[in-house]
Amino acid sequence: MLADTVRSFLEATVEMDSVREASLARGAIHRPAWEGLAELGVVGLHIPEAYGGAGYSFVETAIVFEELGRRVVPLPLLSCVLASAAILAAGTESQKARYLPPIASGGCIASLAVFESAHDLSPLATRAVPDGDGWRLSGTKRYVTDASRAEAFVVAATTGDGVGLFFVQAGADGVTVTPTPSLDATRPLGEVALDGALVSEDAYLGGAANSEALRSALDAGVVALAQEQAGGAQRCLEISVEHAKSRFQFGRAIGSFQAVKHMCADMLVAVEHAKSAAWHAARTLEDPEESPIAVPLAKSVCSDAYVYVAGEMIQILGGLGFTWEHDAHLYFKRAKSNSLLLGSVDSHRDRLSDAIGI
Amino acid sequence: MSEPRDEAGVVGRALDTLLGTYPPGTTEPKDFWGAQFDAGLAWVDFPPGEGGLGVSPSLNELVSRRLGDADAPTWNRTANILGIGMGAGVLAAHGTREQRRRWLRPMFTMEEIWCQMFSEPGAGSDVASLATRAVRDGDEWIVNGQKTWTTLAHLATWGLLVTRTDPDQPKHRGMTYFVVDMRAEGVDVRPLHQITGEAEFNEVFFDDVRIPDDQRIDDVGAGWRVAMTTLMNERVAIGGRTVPRNSGMIGVAMETWNESGSGDVGTRRELARLWGEVEAMRLTTLRAAENMRTGVPGPEGATAKLAWASLNKEVTSFTVSMLGLEGALIPEGYTLEPTTYDTREVERVMSPQRAFLRARANSIEGGTSEIMRNILGERVLGLPGEPRVDKDLPWKDVPRG
Repeated sequence: MLADTVRSFLEATVEMDSVREASLARGAIHRPAWEGLAELGVVGLHIPEAYGGAGYSFVETAIVFEELGRRVVPLPLLSCVLASAAILAAGTESQKARYLPPIASGGCIASLAVFESAHDLSPLATRAVPDGDGWRLSGTKRYVTDASRAEAFVVAATTGDGVGLFFVQAGADGVTVTPTPSLDATRPLGEVALDGALVSEDAYLGGAANSEALRSALDAGVVALAQEQAGGAQRCLEISVEHAKSRFQFGRAIGSFQAVKHMCADMLVAVEHAKSAAWHAARTLEDPEESPIAVPLAKSVCSDAYVYVAGEMIQILGGLGFTWEHDAHLYFKRAKSNSLLLGSVDSHRDRLSDAIGI
Repeated sequence: MSEPRDEAGVVGRALDTLLGTYPPGTTEPKDFWGAQFDAGLAWVDFPPGEGGLGVSPSLNELVSRRLGDADAPTWNRTANILGIGMGAGVLAAHGTREQRRRWLRPMFTMEEIWCQMFSEPGAGSDVASLATRAVRDGDEWIVNGQKTWTTLAHLATWGLLVTRTDPDQPKHRGMTYFVVDMRAEGVDVRPLHQITGEAEFNEVFFDDVRIPDDQRIDDVGAGWRVAMTTLMNERVAIGGRTVPRNSGMIGVAMETWNESGSGDVGTRRELARLWGEVEAMRLTTLRAAENMRTGVPGPEGATAKLAWASLNKEVTSFTVSMLGLEGALIPEGYTLEPTTYDTREVERVMSPQRAFLRARANSIEGGTSEIMRNILGERVLGLPGEPRVDKDLPWKDVPRG
């Protein structure tokens, strides 16, 4: 039901030409889609009703991401999920009540600013130092999703007492946001420089151990991303099959040639495996026994599958698939970029190895 | 719509009773399987009295998990795979009630082993071109011809047999399906030695073999339809069993890695990659079982079979590589023995080296991976077929060789 609603809404609202246009306007959002989804209540699906959300489990959010993945829509939903999951996991009651409702309504775009180096999550160089009644943040966050669209960030910094998460307004003094040209222009990354930015004591999310909260926020993001990857891969397969049926060479549909047909069959296997891994992770996200396996499994399987299927799609499309006018490159770029976000495939394989005891 | 009754509860209580009355540790496997069959826990989706409880096939997973946890014997499913994995499904879909009552129980208890005879020297991937002839003679049929790659024929009591009964029809139409007594006069079984040295497979020669008409499955001329059910069951049996996590060769690979004491990051990541692929395949099988409504496997069996064949080849090859020079030895040697139950029991009794050799057949047996890709491409994705030159020709006019 939810999947159908979101799918028909996106089909009616999001022309693929408008996806291309939105992606070219740096930092832009597909506004009609964002506003419509916000109205449908999609942004706050996983946020409890007490904080302005719909109070569903993460499975419903996962369903939405599968649909969004099919159309590579430039939307800051992943960023909002990451930020809100961090606030949910780390915030006090009053912090959740203050910060979450604007995110849930779609009114405040927020993102999670964690990564600093291209290859690793820790140790963080960004520091938070107590200053009067608040904290002073210094350091540079990179590869922040939707940085130049965001109005607020959840920033991870070392407090001298481990990892601390801070709610920082994008427009605050000492905060400079710089967009960085991104491989996937539909989900642009940017830098967030903190030059002694002063935040109040209340900006420090003090409700729970922050390093664990950060882990759970990233895991939620991985699950959302995995669904998006599975949905994107499914759509790439459909585009490939549609083309293989309608493109004629040598007097036959090219899909009747085994060379092409067998590529499609192998892509189907990869797509089915990606869906299974993604669904398993979505269903078990709250299960402390299973999620340490299911999350890195989903990230690694879905990343490989999407990159592979998107690449094969371009080959099946031939020259057409190499053009700017065709949608193929949007998926191909999204596929590669997604495989690099929220921890590399290798880092997830290492997590998986630890979890399964090898 | 699903019935209001609690099917999982029904299966769960039947399992409690079975495991309580027949403790696996102290019960002979044959007796356990008999009791399992009588309790309706052989194939839970089959009708009561025929080894089932008439409930959703997805609950077979519950049975396999509970029996695994209880260390109950389950190796009949591997040792009699052509019967339990394929023949049973054929009898369920196409057999008569009498045929099911006669054959299913001794099949499940392993008192009667089954084999399946499709391939012929001249009919491999194009199995519908087969030439073994059956000619009607009153209440009997007289069979002449040769089958090959017949697993377990040397141990089998019964064989599933597809024959040509009308050579004037195009190839798919003139076939009829039988169950044949493998000890009948005129049946000659000769072992076929394979890459591992052993002989799992046989050649079977038919010289004026007589089959009673009540051992015919489904209508005269319906042989291809029945054969397709067999093959789809076979693909599920080979690739689509819902197995526990870490079972089979990926478990052997994990043990091999842990015993090696190696700390090589690249090897560990490659093992994790393979583990992830195997797990994703396993989850796909579970998802397909959840989605399956009718109990008759659909083309998704081909996904599992295709994925499993290539993954098992990768995993076994990787495991032998992890062994280093030890991988250049083969502990069992090459003995040229016919296969017994013990060596077919589970993959774990095989050395990784032997499993590595055996795995080469995975992408050939039960439909090659190329045929699987055709099935997925044409029946699942709806891509057009190759032009077929033999489609409307009478079978007798099609070139062979």
